[in-house]
Amino acid sequence: MTQNPDHVLDHFELFRGSEYVEMLENKKKNFENPVPDQDLERVREWTKTPEYREKNFAREALTVNPAKACQPLGAVFAAVGFESTLPFVHGSQGCVAYYRSHFSRHFKEPSSCVSSSMTEDAAVFGGLNNMVDGLANAYSMYKPKMIAVSTTCMAEVIGDDLNAFIKTSKEKGSVPMEFDVPFAHTPAFVGSHITGYDNVMLGIVKHFWGGKAGTVPKLERQENGKLNFIGGFDGYTVGNMREVKRMFDLMGVEYTILGDSSDVWDTPTDGEFRMYDGGTTLEDAALAVHAKGTISMQEFCTEKTLAYIKEWGHETASFNHPIGVGGTDKFLMEVSRITGKPIPEALARERGRLVDAIADSNAHIHGKKFALYGDPDLCLGLAGFLLELGAEPTHILSTNGGKAWEAKVRALLASSPFGANCNVYAGKDLWHMRSLLFTDPVDFLIGNTYGKYLERDTGTPLIRIGFPVFDRHHHHRRPVWGYQGGMNVLITLLDKIFDVIDASTNVPAKTDFSFDIIR
Amino acid sequence: MSLAVAETVEEIKARNKELIDEVLKVYPDKTAKRRAKHLGTFEEGKTDCGVKSNIKSIPGVMTIRGCAYAGSKGVVWGPIKDMIHISHGPVGCGQYSWAARRNYYIGTTGVDTFVTMQFTSDFQEKDIVFGGDKKLAKIMDEIQVLFPLNKGITVQSECPIGLIGDDIEAVSKAKSKEYGGKTIVPVRCEGFRGVSQSLGHHIANDTIRDWVFDKQAGKPARFESTPYDVAIIGDYNIGGDAWSSRILLEEMGLRVIAQWSGDGSIAELEATPKAKLNVLHCYRSMNYISRHMEEKYGIPWVEYNFFGPSKIAESLRKIAGHFDDKIKEGAERVIEKYQALMAGVLAKYRPRLEGKKVMLFVGGLRPRHVIGAYEDLGMEVVGTGYEFGHNDDYQRTTHYVKDGTLIYDDVTGYEFEKFVEKVQPDLVGSGIKEKYVFQKMGVPFRQMHSWDYSGPYHGYDGFAIFARDMDMAINSPVWALTKTPWK
Repeated sequence: MTQNPDHVLDHFELFRGSEYVEMLENKKKNFENPVPDQDLERVREWTKTPEYREKNFAREALTVNPAKACQPLGAVFAAVGFESTLPFVHGSQGCVAYYRSHFSRHFKEPSSCVSSSMTEDAAVFGGLNNMVDGLANAYSMYKPKMIAVSTTCMAEVIGDDLNAFIKTSKEKGSVPMEFDVPFAHTPAFVGSHITGYDNVMLGIVKHFWGGKAGTVPKLERQENGKLNFIGGFDGYTVGNMREVKRMFDLMGVEYTILGDSSDVWDTPTDGEFRMYDGGTTLEDAALAVHAKGTISMQEFCTEKTLAYIKEWGHETASFNHPIGVGGTDKFLMEVSRITGKPIPEALARERGRLVDAIADSNAHIHGKKFALYGDPDLCLGLAGFLLELGAEPTHILSTNGGKAWEAKVRALLASSPFGANCNVYAGKDLWHMRSLLFTDPVDFLIGNTYGKYLERDTGTPLIRIGFPVFDRHHHHRRPVWGYQGGMNVLITLLDKIFDVIDASTNVPAKTDFSFDIIR
Repeated sequence: MSLAVAETVEEIKARNKELIDEVLKVYPDKTAKRRAKHLGTFEEGKTDCGVKSNIKSIPGVMTIRGCAYAGSKGVVWGPIKDMIHISHGPVGCGQYSWAARRNYYIGTTGVDTFVTMQFTSDFQEKDIVFGGDKKLAKIMDEIQVLFPLNKGITVQSECPIGLIGDDIEAVSKAKSKEYGGKTIVPVRCEGFRGVSQSLGHHIANDTIRDWVFDKQAGKPARFESTPYDVAIIGDYNIGGDAWSSRILLEEMGLRVIAQWSGDGSIAELEATPKAKLNVLHCYRSMNYISRHMEEKYGIPWVEYNFFGPSKIAESLRKIAGHFDDKIKEGAERVIEKYQALMAGVLAKYRPRLEGKKVMLFVGGLRPRHVIGAYEDLGMEVVGTGYEFGHNDDYQRTTHYVKDGTLIYDDVTGYEFEKFVEKVQPDLVGSGIKEKYVFQKMGVPFRQMHSWDYSGPYHGYDGFAIFARDMDMAINSPVWALTKTPWK
């Protein structure tokens, strides 16, 4: 018996005990009808070959281990960035259980969201009654200031009309006529979570600026010189938003963040559960129409939103999840240009410190090959930083990246000699990445938690940057934007590089000559 | 108002009633009437818990429930390790459930084992418009090329499949024929079916009957039967639960020929009709197939509970009761063997946990099954409820709960928060969506679906971990820090 009351063994120790090992070997041998060892070995080795890679890349229908989620997830992300806003997802209820779990596992925070709980009868007759009852219940129970409606694929397939349903619900008294219920259709079979973010952000902006679905006059823009900022779907939103606000405050920029979920996903443990916290006030969301310009940190996450805002006469600019010196320079200079506010010395100092850190450490990164995957903008931001560090972003893969993204990555790679031997993979998944890591190995892999399977299979050390990160805690609290964020990313990269060197130089009398104290 | 200081059962019952009346006030009348049927207090001597269950959740209330797909792919089928389970439809469902349930297994993932992978047909608009059958057929071909050691395929339908009229049965049959009789199982577990995960369990059970068992008719077993062959039904091996259960059954002299479905394989599913007894842990999710095997193959089944030493001993004896003296003696031997370990665990943890009050809200069997384990530690469960239970679950619950226990079926976010606020338990056991709500309130919490990434909790080895974890949650120094000292 291995278990011990004085030192209770967890699963990772317990099942290594001989009685369990033997039990599981017998289970396999006697009852599992296992694949013969030689077949297993043969196929395992075959999956590492260029031949397998070719077959793998010839896939047309099957997706294996994708690095993307569906629209409604992004819809919820965008909605909770507004003050006391309850996301309401029209469709099957299981979806909402999934989004809430997904966010709670990443942020280690509550994630409040309701469903209209459509079932078979709604599939036949439509979900109007579910909308009418659902809005009434959500409104009286959770006392939101706004309910942001989006859809699951079920509601989209049967063709429910949100605009009409919400109108009818209001007529039936589910919520007061003047209560804000912006909406967006977010079919899961189009685009990905970043599309859903874009659609809901657009829905909310349109609602406030464009006359609340025809119920009030459109706003008239009177330019006030302020700047609107949209972060996009971002696993680091807690740290990043705070960093962006700090930089804006240093510059004296008057700004409105559209969709600020940095408080609702970082509430204190002090005896009170805050279902809502922080977020863009509804008043500010409306007043944002008067801003001089609107900038988005993630181009591919806000394509429709930014295009709409541009129609209002805003000066618009978008970035690609900028990380590092050049990306942050471009971001700050653009903010300065639009607002007319100079970049203060304090930020120049921060810039200098990041450059200083890169100068100190770049020898350890120079020439190292990285594979990376994630959302399209994040990939661009990370690849830009790697090039800046003298690293080679050898494989850049985005399951939800398209042709425009691919072209943009190619242009980025062409801009640096370190991009010469690098490749971009739009619309591919992590099973494609597995082949790449076997046939064209790299030194490090950058990606979300699911990269750990690639790390295990291919031996490529994983650096966790992305969404979701379930198996490491609190990363989302640290910014990756701004010079300070660049510093965080640099340290993250270096820590892994040094850890890997230490772990491979620690065999006494064999490899320990490089087990250095000073680096 | 706090139940924690209530002295008598009558006081507790009166308070529960007051509490229920109070939470119902928040609802519109129609909803209050519907929700009232799901909330109540257990009355000693009654045959159920006095609440309605397995009824549609009400729109907009923030139910904790999932869907039929979650019940089939996430629970029943997903853990079968040597088959490939296609999440058929848009990308999200498979993504959110990808490796999220910690169904432990041994195998070479991606080569002969596929549990922690996400296979999806990633439906696009054209698949919705033109149908996905051709894509599904091609996916199966691609699986055969890239994952040649797979032992079978299941098609886990997401919402659109049933709405657009795809014929996944025809595709599955055709491909099975093409691949020499390969097991390919179409599962109609679209998320809009039924009222919760529960129908997904049932549908998945039925597909095992129709597409696995029926194919085996007349085929001999791969092994020689013994009089002591049993199958573990309804253990998903979360954190290794089925393993710390299996070891006890084997130690008492039984031979476990199949595990359903944690660390399970298609060969084990196929062999199960050869069992002499099915031992059923999660009644809710697998009673259907157990009843079928009883009717069709004459295999008796017995429910057991491996949480906490009292229930484990009771269950070992109950299982042994189906066998001869050799096994009965074996059960006694096993109970004796672990006696010292259990005494050590109780000596260490019971003094730290004695008298602590617990509120639960979980799925499957746990809202009742874990009560004994808490009681072994001197703790008291003062409230419990099922996410997707049926009336037969609430009937079984009467054997576990005390007079005056607060009962809440398909609890809403609002109700659960208010109940905990007023009852002030020392510990809440529920899921990931609830965890942080209560921790923010300063209430210790353990996830009782995933064991908070710990476990196993089943069996004697698991009870040591359970006790340690409950102590860790309740007696963590962090709870003394939640109040700001200068406020």
